[in-house]
Amino acid sequence: MLMSTAPAPAAPILSVRNLSKHYPLRAWWGGKASVFRAVEDVSFEIRPGETLGLVGESGSGKSTIGRAVTMLNPPTSGTVAFEGTDLAGLGAREMRRMRARIQTVFQDPYAALNPRMSAGDYVAEVFRLHRPAMGRGERRAAVAGLFERVGLDPRFMGRYPHQFSGGQRQRICIARAIALKPSFIVADEPIAALDVSIQAQVVNLLQDLQEELGLSYLFISHDLRMVRYLCHRVAVLWRGRIVELADSDQLYEDPRHPYTRRLLSAVPLPDPVAERARLAVAGAESFGEGRPGDLVAVAPGHWVADG
Amino acid sequence: MSTGTPLAEAPGLAAPAGQPALVREPGSLASFWRRLRARPSAVLGLAIVVLLVGVAAFADIVAPYDPTATDWGAVRAAPSLAHPFGGDEVGRDVLSRIIHGARASLGAGLVSVGLAVALGLPIGLLAGYAGGWIDALIMRLTDALLAIPFLILAIALAAFLGPSLTNAMLAIGLSATSTFVRLTRAQVRAVAAEEFVEAARSVGNPPWRIALVHILPNIVPAILVQATLTIAAAIIAEASLSFLGLGQQPPEPSWGAMLTVAKNFMDQAPWMAIWPGLSIFLAVLAFNLLGDGLRDALDPRQRT
Amino acid sequence: MSADMSTDIAEAPGAPLLDVRDLRVVFDAEGGAVHAVNGVSYTLREGETLGIVGESGSGKSVHVLAMLGLIPRPPGRIAGGQVLFEGEDLLALPERRLRRIRGGRIGFVFQDPMSSLNPGMTVAQQIVEPLRIHLGLSARAARARARELLDLVRIPNAAARLDQYPHEFSGGQRQRVMIAIGLACRPKLLIADEATTALDVTVQAEIVALVQELKRELGMAIIWITHDLGVVAGISDTVQVMYAGRILERGPVDAIFADPRNAYTLGLLRSLPDLGRGRAGRQRLHQIEGSPPDMRHPPPGDPFAPRNAYATPRCRAEMPPLAQAPGAAPGHLVAAWYDLPALIAGERPGAREGLRPC
Repeated sequence: MLMSTAPAPAAPILSVRNLSKHYPLRAWWGGKASVFRAVEDVSFEIRPGETLGLVGESGSGKSTIGRAVTMLNPPTSGTVAFEGTDLAGLGAREMRRMRARIQTVFQDPYAALNPRMSAGDYVAEVFRLHRPAMGRGERRAAVAGLFERVGLDPRFMGRYPHQFSGGQRQRICIARAIALKPSFIVADEPIAALDVSIQAQVVNLLQDLQEELGLSYLFISHDLRMVRYLCHRVAVLWRGRIVELADSDQLYEDPRHPYTRRLLSAVPLPDPVAERARLAVAGAESFGEGRPGDLVAVAPGHWVADG
Repeated sequence: MSTGTPLAEAPGLAAPAGQPALVREPGSLASFWRRLRARPSAVLGLAIVVLLVGVAAFADIVAPYDPTATDWGAVRAAPSLAHPFGGDEVGRDVLSRIIHGARASLGAGLVSVGLAVALGLPIGLLAGYAGGWIDALIMRLTDALLAIPFLILAIALAAFLGPSLTNAMLAIGLSATSTFVRLTRAQVRAVAAEEFVEAARSVGNPPWRIALVHILPNIVPAILVQATLTIAAAIIAEASLSFLGLGQQPPEPSWGAMLTVAKNFMDQAPWMAIWPGLSIFLAVLAFNLLGDGLRDALDPRQRT
Repeated sequence: MSADMSTDIAEAPGAPLLDVRDLRVVFDAEGGAVHAVNGVSYTLREGETLGIVGESGSGKSVHVLAMLGLIPRPPGRIAGGQVLFEGEDLLALPERRLRRIRGGRIGFVFQDPMSSLNPGMTVAQQIVEPLRIHLGLSARAARARARELLDLVRIPNAAARLDQYPHEFSGGQRQRVMIAIGLACRPKLLIADEATTALDVTVQAEIVALVQELKRELGMAIIWITHDLGVVAGISDTVQVMYAGRILERGPVDAIFADPRNAYTLGLLRSLPDLGRGRAGRQRLHQIEGSPPDMRHPPPGDPFAPRNAYATPRCRAEMPPLAQAPGAAPGHLVAAWYDLPALIAGERPGAREGLRPC
């Protein structure tokens, strides 16, 4: 039962240690009243070729973690070691260079595209930034190849974002994200804004690209069904802390933390008989509303917050 | 047309009408024209602006007389076939003076607003994108300038610089600058909060490139609309300065200067005041209509 | 079928409450008219819960807003049809009469509770307003009723919370307040448009459970509009699948999930990953190819045909009528020229079982 499909332990590509992100709250007179702990003391690793799911509800800090590990919104404290380099210690110029290896796919493909930049230029931009020696024709050919790879007609390179559907826009974002052959992509709710009939297309594409390019993903989502399908391991966040971290199958089959159980039992089932039965017994499992404690191993690779 | 693969999937609602699979779409310019054309008032405004600019540009050809040539037989002459708009107090042809005066009025509008944008846009971009103490300093300065009414500031500056059309343009341009600083800054801040700016950062764009490549093109429409509306205000300002003797100097014509003289002859020769007054009204109306039309046509919310 | 009455109210002899007949809605946009709703007809009975599933552009929300005069006109316009609510044609009513019905006999819950509640008014003021307008209650009586309503939607300490502002409530509580407002005048019909979409999954579960309980207590009919197949499975008597402004399939909830007859419904069900299945031995997700159609130029015939692997030449030429599916449960209607069960059976044995994910 504990047979894991995750790759054999290798040196992690990303290693996050004691990451915290605090925001000062200002009192009405302008002084510092207290701090809001959006993320508190979070540690995890992602191995090459692995997808780590980060699940939790709004305000749990999952997107904050995504933006902290990519230094788009650097953490208050803690280290983020990417391929052995501590990103928090890099200067602005070095970090910009590092961004060729770390990419982000954002939630809302309507907002993430520059409305006044053609799709082709948008993808080509990463070559301009990181491959300045590349010629015009070479760049164009590379973008056309990327368009084909993500299932877009290269003839649409000259079109502007408003001429594409939501699913196509997310493909444009993905084309840009893989253009420089990064080793790690943060996918922040990449399907949440898409129509149901489009979500599977995008998830399949992400998965194919992972196999092809050996990518590692940090997959941030509130869609517990898709997380189970896509992720090798899953971390459950609650109020800025990880309350449970385990192999995906283990977490879904044997959730240990009450919050994880509550979360999983809240997922509606697309089967009337099962769903009516679930609603009939629905009753939130109560658990301590206090701060979750430190992670303790309950099984190999299965960590649960105590208290 | 569909091959069943995502390659040929039809884009959703936002797709252009009857679209063939083109290599390059007509882009947003064509759809912008379509939206502008759908607004009769904007088309009217544009037509008047084009007409006025054309008249001003070809004043030497269009005008029946030399605007400064006096004709003692036409002193305060009522409109007639020879002088359709009548004659002024020294017998100059009012129509010819209106036509040549368009140069001063439109020129003042365009040059002063051009100056205001040229100064205001980079300063606003800097304030909006740099933030911090630079922003605070620039904002306090523009606040101070904005506290003084536009026309009063222009008059004070023009009086300080000395009466001439060039100085009037300079005064109007400087007075309008703070509006563009404010607008640019507000727009920059709004656009900078958009996710595509974060996406631009996420692939390693340096700050200057984000400001110029990602933010600037997205604030141009708002600046353009404001510029059009400010041209209307600048035309009034030029007329006011000339009316006060701070703009165009005699005998060169300007609508405002023509009004100054005309006020003494309201009873005997009302046409001397009516035509320049109407011209100012028409030019201001045209730029306002065009500005409102542009605002609607460039509104990104109209796109999807 | 009689064994489980609660699941089969569509067949129960409730009186018709809402009768939508060939409703058509068009938005006149630049570059051509958008055909948002293209001939939607259905009947809702008293006490029935109808789940309407569809993606953006399916017309699921627009047709409901249109029938209550809530779409902006222009650019929107009703291009045809009738909507009989308790015998009155809503489309023919003057705005004044329609206003009395909205928030009165028909209550609403919208997607985003924060933008639907006025941030500058206390919760009491917002609940009291419809009570005074529609029921003509005195200020005192309306306030008492507002308190009852907050109790009804299980907001603890209702009396104290009446005078608080929306920002003092959590997202889930705000949606409870919205439901209280929707139910304020004891409507015969409650329309919930993506009412739980903006909520966290645990809060969604609470709201769905609450609506279930309220329905048992109050017996109103519900139209629950969502894109989430899971939510409709639990609370609907009847499910209606919409696409490109048309109803593609409609029937008793169990029949729709166990025996889908339209390829779009099947595609949606198959594309959902299974919460109970592990990574080992899993298959690539079933995906529906292509994108929803451009409603300015809807494809001729069946709008789903361009994305449908089972489509026949006739599907691409002619829109099939919504009719009783042969051999299916009574009241299970489908718009399809193809025979889906036969096609699936021919594909591979055991494929049908895959439809029951749990």
